Amino acid sequence: MTWLTIIIAGIITYCMRMTMVALVDRDLLGERVKAVLAYVPSAVFPAIIFPGIFINDYGTFIEMNDPKIFGAIVAILVGYFSRNVIATIISGLFSYWIIIFLL
Amino acid sequence: MLSKKQIFTKGILAVAPHMFSVIPFGIVCGAIGIELGFSPVLVYAMSIIIFGGASQIVFLQLLSGGASALIAVTSVGVINSRHLLYGAVLSEYLEKLSFIKKLLISYLVVDQGFAESNKFFQKNKNETHLHYHLLGSGGTLWVCWQISTLAGIILGSFVPEELGLKFAVPLTFIAIVVQDIKKLYHVIVMITCGLSSLLFFDAPFKSYIIISPIIALFVAALVLRLKK
Repeated sequence: MTWLTIIIAGIITYCMRMTMVALVDRDLLGERVKAVLAYVPSAVFPAIIFPGIFINDYGTFIEMNDPKIFGAIVAILVGYFSRNVIATIISGLFSYWIIIFLL
Repeated sequence: MLSKKQIFTKGILAVAPHMFSVIPFGIVCGAIGIELGFSPVLVYAMSIIIFGGASQIVFLQLLSGGASALIAVTSVGVINSRHLLYGAVLSEYLEKLSFIKKLLISYLVVDQGFAESNKFFQKNKNETHLHYHLLGSGGTLWVCWQISTLAGIILGSFVPEELGLKFAVPLTFIAIVVQDIKKLYHVIVMITCGLSSLLFFDAPFKSYIIISPIIALFVAALVLRLKK
């Protein structure tokens, strides 16, 4: 039963991936839609970033002095100036660990 | 004009830095599955059949918490519906591919691969073999996801939870969008999405993950209209 559920979930996920690429004719989208689509990364990824920082494993808001906020600020600064993905991730994780393990 | 191999390699290199978050997250994902009491084969099979980090965890958590199969499947569908947006963006660059190739390459599209390949596509619109970038980025992510979830299944509870490795996920996406914070319109769209996601976090089926992008895209459309 669980297997069947996984397979259905997999088929649905694949259909989401495939529909717009393979089934929808690009010409159906007008210029205005295409201009808006340029904002997709900025419109989608904060929905992963914000809850990942501000909401804990139990689904409640964190305190304003939570180490994750500090880690995120460090990551934003390092990322912006270094333009380096590894530096962004590592600096964020390390500053987070320094606070939870050392302070 | 770059060769197929050159573009493929660029795709691999573009997502390689994200392994610092994909691999820890994959390990956590595999470990959680085992911890929740599912069989190793089943937990691993999800990495091939669904191939979508967050949705795999949510799926297992729901089932183990006694939710019905319908709720679990719906949640996976809602969480992964953002791929419709990725597909709409990518279709411009993939339209020359044959139908079969489109069907095959779609399987490999995940968040980080979409983000990095899309950046490459925007800068290199005139290249002929653009899709090799997506093959490189998506293929690399696929292989690493398989290995890391398998590692999590085997290592299981050896991974200390105190490390908070899941925090690597928001960080990897910060790295993706951080250069756009110098563009005012992008910042408006990002903040709209971020605040909406917190506001709608408790909406059923994790639907905040698609509700907030839709609100943010409406704001983007509005902003673009005012700009004219």
